[in-house]
Amino acid sequence: MTTTQTSTTQTSTSPAITTSAITTPDSEAPVSAPTAIADPTGTGTWPTRRHDLLRLATAGSVDDGKSTLVGRLLYDTKSVLADQLDAVERVSRERGLDAADLALLTDGLRAEREQGITIDVAYRYFSTATRSYVLADTPGHVQYTRNMVTGASTAELALILIDARHGVVEQTRRHLAVTGLLGVRHIAVAVNKMDLVDWDQDRFDAIVAEFAHHASRFGIEDVVAVPVSALFGDNVVDRSDRAPWYIGPTLLEHLEAVPVGTDPSAQPLRVPVQYVIRPQRGESRDYRGYAGRLASGVVRPGDEVVVLPAGSRSRIAGIDRSGPDGRLEQLDVAFAPQSVVLRLTDDVDVSRGDLIAAADEPGLVTRSLSGTVAVVDDRPLRRRDRVLLRVGTRTVRAIVDDVVDQLDIETMEQRAAPDGLALNAIGRVRIRLAEDVAIDDYRSLRRTGAFLLIDENDGSTLAAGMADAPDRSVGEGI
Amino acid sequence: MRAAHMTTTAARALPAHYTLDHLDHLESEAVHIFREVAGEFERPVILFSGGKDSVVMVHLALKAFAPAPLPFTLLHVDTGHNFPEVLRYRDETVERLGVRLVVAHVQDYIDDGRLRERADGTRNPLQTVPLLDAIEANRFDAVFGGGRRDEEKARAKERVFSLRDSFGAWDPRRQRPELWDLYNGKHAPGEHVRVFPLSNWTELDVWRYIEREGIELPDLYYAHEREVFARDGMWLSAGEWGGPKPSEEVQTRQVRYRTVGDMSCTGAVDSSATDVAGVIVELAGSRLTERGATRADDRMSEAAMEDRKKQGYF
Repeated sequence: MTTTQTSTTQTSTSPAITTSAITTPDSEAPVSAPTAIADPTGTGTWPTRRHDLLRLATAGSVDDGKSTLVGRLLYDTKSVLADQLDAVERVSRERGLDAADLALLTDGLRAEREQGITIDVAYRYFSTATRSYVLADTPGHVQYTRNMVTGASTAELALILIDARHGVVEQTRRHLAVTGLLGVRHIAVAVNKMDLVDWDQDRFDAIVAEFAHHASRFGIEDVVAVPVSALFGDNVVDRSDRAPWYIGPTLLEHLEAVPVGTDPSAQPLRVPVQYVIRPQRGESRDYRGYAGRLASGVVRPGDEVVVLPAGSRSRIAGIDRSGPDGRLEQLDVAFAPQSVVLRLTDDVDVSRGDLIAAADEPGLVTRSLSGTVAVVDDRPLRRRDRVLLRVGTRTVRAIVDDVVDQLDIETMEQRAAPDGLALNAIGRVRIRLAEDVAIDDYRSLRRTGAFLLIDENDGSTLAAGMADAPDRSVGEGI
Repeated sequence: MRAAHMTTTAARALPAHYTLDHLDHLESEAVHIFREVAGEFERPVILFSGGKDSVVMVHLALKAFAPAPLPFTLLHVDTGHNFPEVLRYRDETVERLGVRLVVAHVQDYIDDGRLRERADGTRNPLQTVPLLDAIEANRFDAVFGGGRRDEEKARAKERVFSLRDSFGAWDPRRQRPELWDLYNGKHAPGEHVRVFPLSNWTELDVWRYIEREGIELPDLYYAHEREVFARDGMWLSAGEWGGPKPSEEVQTRQVRYRTVGDMSCTGAVDSSATDVAGVIVELAGSRLTERGATRADDRMSEAAMEDRKKQGYF
């Protein structure tokens, strides 16, 4: 492509997001046609098919257009309503901008607007006929690791932005490191600002190849890259004709197609017990059920289970759930991530903090563990610190026996951490516990391998932790 | 020509019998949150106004603990300008469930001079002090609110477990990061935690869930004839609270409410939706957000909600 073609492209096509397009009174085009969020049947009987949920987290560097891309996704899926657009348009005009700054849709706090930066993770919601999306929008610079870890902890897909002019930069490698560490299974790469590199296929291919090289180091299962221009809307929701060489999906088409969830039947049962239900009244006087959300696996009446850390064995007598009218329904099967009540055949001792697990694959009960932590508080994490450790529904006292090393996020090398781990640092620790806990390898079972370290005094969350496999010795690479 | 896939993935669709619909996801998440609070706190309370979000909260909480009764108290901050039909619904619900309801009255504070009526007659901002007093007097340590992140951009930054100091203040810059579904409810004496089980729900999700579960709401959520007058581009209900002014003309229109709150600042919208399905069709075509369409107090400034939240508002 030549420079001439580029300038033609830019002058002949108005970006969809212009002040006039947004503010035209009663203009039907930009905001009103609710095809994407509306009842596709037009009858109000939606959903006629299973409408699922995808949680994703964005990751971008400063000025790579992340807020614009998120704004574009919301806008082109008709998820932004007229009063929100009016507000954005008004503020944009007050600031002397000719086009609405879609970043204003996502910066919610006064300090963010005043400083023109994003401080905290914000959650965005959009929806199509196929899926509902919960998008954790994480800021690219301030408190980078802390926010990205937070956003990625619940995400099934990470949306990583790369500026086509700059390619894979240090920040991109950080995004990959956090994404890999947190076990996010899918990555969508938006190679943005393609309009500024003449929609150059070689440029795109080179970026994709370099990204793939780094991604392979982190064991990411699934990566899809899309050339986009968030500003002009190319390949975000609607297909662009500016890159005929690209035959893959648009960004939204990919989000619509990526498989959500993990097959629960491929993982062993884990149910952290939240609460013991004992009505002690009326006809349910003798009822005793264990309320919890399946962290992984599938359960059926008759299944043999073990209650950890005690190790008592029993069988599932029944699986209960309340119906809309408040009556109990008995289920033939329950699977992650359903919230249910389990009844057991034996009168074993079960309380909040216990874990009901598959008897044939129960996981490890231990008083010491090693794992990787990301420090999310101003207070650094040091050797000999006394903290609380929370895993599943269990909280126990713990001592940081050792800070083994710190991951240097610039070089991806491990180095010594004699002063402990400061805010936003990632490193490996060994922890001793006051009581037994059941914990899994985070990389196999995310929900029961994740832990928090909590300040005993003020209750602050100090670090997000991911437990190693029990047989992993300290000294291996992350 | 090439596709974008860098790695051919083993990504395959899940067996259909092991997948959840998005409302099931949201329900399971909310039930999990209610149970976490019941397990970690001594004296939780649900803010219950009779509004649709609080009705859905109570429905979810009942499901979370069945067949045991609801392990929470309910709390309502009555502005003195609440819709009578909503108060009636509130009292019927409390009666039916046999739960304890604590009511804090803004009017009491105005009567004895602790609060002063605002020039604009709006009482929503006046709820904060009675709310905080009720929390302190009853030593509530966890307070469930029906706030959703899709409502407003300051709320988009709210945590599911939101720590408040003894003044009830929200400091957005000192929020605890919320990781996985490991909610950290630790707090010091005098502090409390606001809990938002509907954080990830949208307005449309709430209505689809109401439809699916057959949940009953106060009648004013559906189209009905009402005497209204226009103020600030909204239809306000004529009533004892002080409207209309002599210059404001009262007319009868077919309207419904998208939110219910203080009558002085909650507007109705023109509507022909007489049932849940009708509301869902209207919402899907709506061009305005719930708060933009119906809440005068959120239009005051760009940071109106953020400022109220910092002072201890819901």
